Amino acid sequence: MSDEQRKYLRSLRLRKYFVIFCQISIVLGFFIIWEYLANKNIINTFVFSKPSKIMETIINLAIQNNLFVHIVTTLKEVLISFILGILLGFIIAIILYEFPIISDIVDPFLTMLNSLPKVALGPLIIIIAGANTKSIIVMALLINLIVSIITIYNGFVNIDEKKIKLVKSFGANKIQILTKLIIPSSYKTIISSLKLNISMSLIGVIMGEFLVSKAGLGYLIIYGTQVFNLSLVMSGILLLVIISYILYKIITFIEGKLIKNF
Amino acid sequence: MNKILEIKNLSKTFHTKMGEIKAIDNVTFDVFDQEFICIIGSSGCGKSTLLNIFANLDNYTNGNIIKKDNLKIGYMLQEDALLPWLTILDNALLGLEIKKIKTKENVEYVKKLLEKYGLNGFLEKYPHQLSGGMRQRVALIRTLAIKPDLLLLDEPFSALDYVSRLMVSEDVAKIIREENKTVIMITHDISEAISLASRVIVLSKRPATVKNIYKIDIEGNTPMERRKSSKFAHYYNLLWKDLDKNV
Ligand SMILES: Nc1ncnc2c1ncn2[C@@H]1O[C@H](COP(=O)(O)OP(=O)(O)OP(=O)(O)O)[C@@H](O)[C@H]1O
Ligand SMILES: [Mg+2]
Repeated sequence: MSDEQRKYLRSLRLRKYFVIFCQISIVLGFFIIWEYLANKNIINTFVFSKPSKIMETIINLAIQNNLFVHIVTTLKEVLISFILGILLGFIIAIILYEFPIISDIVDPFLTMLNSLPKVALGPLIIIIAGANTKSIIVMALLINLIVSIITIYNGFVNIDEKKIKLVKSFGANKIQILTKLIIPSSYKTIISSLKLNISMSLIGVIMGEFLVSKAGLGYLIIYGTQVFNLSLVMSGILLLVIISYILYKIITFIEGKLIKNF
Repeated sequence: MNKILEIKNLSKTFHTKMGEIKAIDNVTFDVFDQEFICIIGSSGCGKSTLLNIFANLDNYTNGNIIKKDNLKIGYMLQEDALLPWLTILDNALLGLEIKKIKTKENVEYVKKLLEKYGLNGFLEKYPHQLSGGMRQRVALIRTLAIKPDLLLLDEPFSALDYVSRLMVSEDVAKIIREENKTVIMITHDISEAISLASRVIVLSKRPATVKNIYKIDIEGNTPMERRKSSKFAHYYNLLWKDLDKNV
């Protein structure tokens, strides 16, 4: 390795460290200033709470042992709606692709559903699916499914006509075209729809928990609001931020693993 | 000689929202075993459409095509269309895979071809790591892998620079001679046609009709030798005059 190359790599590394340093400083600074302003009574702790109190609340929750239950509940709901959303989205996208006439017919309805604020359907969902976890999953599915279908379907449609001609020239049948060409070539689109889907699932689940739930982070937040325990609300939000970030990172990691090859 | 393909009064009209496009009009010719036919014609005249019809990728409006029984057709498209997520070897094996004839012997045959044509170190590489000429050779080998009797080549060298073009066409001529294939090749390049073909079919501008069929009787075994022949210029002038120009 030449000296220039080594210098170049070193500058890259330094830059990366600097970015991480700044990020940590921002987070720490944010909490320290928050704590300071709260202690000096410059901001209203009843509304904004403060980091030390939030920590206390979280530790209390953990000791009373139901924090874990809330996190697991939310995660479980997210996971179920995520997997259902991807599977159904994938299957429906294949159907729409294989039968263009169906795609033409449902196109305006998909667009309508996509642009409708799904939360408006909340009360209806509760009446139909009942005041239970099912409603939460349905809510999340409504939000992530349409997006998944549209993303994956667009991946399918945008495939190069020449490649279809190529596999047809070898006499490929419909299923072979799908498995050997359409699906592998939309691989990247499918993976990136995972990313979209996980955030959508989280939004849907929290929305669902706001409307109907007995546990979960959304429940903590809404319960905290009802009893004016703003530290509880802040704790819920903080945990949610952390969890959504971790989920996003996991998906990005999986994405990196899956599309490294080419 | 054996007739393997007979095209009679073939016509093709495309129907689109914008209207009808007549691409092929009353085309008639025969193809004999181990012939090398080149088709030349101006851009957009209907050459690719013709090959698509021969390869069963498109239907025709009128006329008749009689193929020898069990005629196996290999089609090398105008674009190399290698699949970016498959290795070079897997790309070359794609036809065998789809036809479900990926036997050990066939795989060996493909590996041998890849080796023979300078792709030895690249079997596990991906298409984007190859030069244009190499990709073109992979596409040709992918077509040869299924051991077709009749090869349809649609401007197989168009993506190459002039020198590689001469080299690859030398290669291809050799492969085709060695493997005893029958070929229908489309090209824009008159000198390429003369250097390779036993017959050249000149198509008119759209809708394509057969303007003339020339038997190329020229000494030399390789394209390069043929280019040096004294008759080369004679054929060149003949074809040049015949070809419709898009200007
Ligand atoms: N699927 C299609 N639908 C409608 N029109 C088509 C279709 N395919 C080809 N055409 C039209 O038919 C004509 C012939 O096309 P073709 O691709 O056969 O030309 P070509 O001779 O191969 O041209 P080039 O030398 O540029 O490759 C063109 O005018 C083209 O616009
Ligand atoms: Mg063409």
